[in-house]
Amino acid sequence: MCGAKKGGLDLKGVDVDKEAVIQGQVLRGDEPVGGAYVRLLDATGEFTAEVPTSATGHFRFFAKPGEWTLRTLAPKAEPVDRQVVAQYGAVAEVAVTV
Amino acid sequence: MSRESALVSADWVEEHKSDANVVLIEVDEDVSAYDAGHIAGAIKLDWRDDLQDQVRRDFVNQQQFQELLSGRGVKNDDTVVLYGGNNNWFAAYAFWYFKLYGHGDVRLLDGGRKRWELDSRELTDEAVKREATEYVAAEPDLTIRAFRDEVGEAIGVKNLVDVRSPDEYAGRLLAPAHLPQEQAQRAGHIPTAASIPWSKAANDDGTFRSDEELKTLYADAGVDFGKDTIAYCRIGERSAHTWFVLHELLGQENVKNYDGSWTEWGSLVGVPVALGDEPGEA
Repeated sequence: MCGAKKGGLDLKGVDVDKEAVIQGQVLRGDEPVGGAYVRLLDATGEFTAEVPTSATGHFRFFAKPGEWTLRTLAPKAEPVDRQVVAQYGAVAEVAVTV
Repeated sequence: MSRESALVSADWVEEHKSDANVVLIEVDEDVSAYDAGHIAGAIKLDWRDDLQDQVRRDFVNQQQFQELLSGRGVKNDDTVVLYGGNNNWFAAYAFWYFKLYGHGDVRLLDGGRKRWELDSRELTDEAVKREATEYVAAEPDLTIRAFRDEVGEAIGVKNLVDVRSPDEYAGRLLAPAHLPQEQAQRAGHIPTAASIPWSKAANDDGTFRSDEELKTLYADAGVDFGKDTIAYCRIGERSAHTWFVLHELLGQENVKNYDGSWTEWGSLVGVPVALGDEPGEA
């Protein structure tokens, strides 16, 4: 399969020393947004992966170390871009507000 | 073969989803997505359990496809509308099967599940039951399916289009890091193949770009529309998306999907492999 998994914040089973994890939650105000779509774009803006958010608004990517852009599409909202740096040994946590 | 005959909008689906001769079919990579919610009346095909042979590496044969659609209540003269998640990758893959086995009227919902959800259109978890039919599948149309020997002969001769991500093309990645299954023995690409990621053919919301944008995209990347074309990815579903663009939206003839794709080519003994961002020499 070529896509990515649904996200979540539980890091059980994830070796953060070997995976450059980017994860977070999509929010509208204080409310989590499930069924939003988060796209991972590389440093050149090229599409790399996309995940739908879970019912609790969570998402996760296993990236390579480097600079990335998260583009979030949610119902009744304009797309939101967030820059993020991924690295081995640390989880990049991103809260996206739409 | 045109945008009008191959693609429908969400509004069209809203208007026609209850028509007696219209069958909506959802095909997802995440096979649990349908059960959580689908377009009213839509049935589900599981790309792995329903569409693949469960013993050999191949997809369902003519007989198996016939039995599958008969069991799910699809008739030969139905208008089949396919949609799914992941920007319609697996729906496009299923579309290619329907064409391969000669279904007359099959279409893709532009934007698939994503556009539907982003529009806040209705989804239901209501079970759908259709009466069994006697579907008759045609002999496979191999003018749209490429096998490895033909791919080897196409190096430096036909258009080869690699639709994977740039890192997979260059050989820096065998597969997305979190999906270690279905890997080839070697990384890289087929020499002379142009790198045109599937995603360039779609907008952020999963709908297809305009015909003009698509023609420019492929021409600028070196596709010669006067030549035959073979598209490939890793297991053939992303390249079915590109096959759909070239063959169905742009009406190009002689476009084939190589469903063996990189998992086959990258595991063959003795075949040429190119590394790096350039297509390489024949």
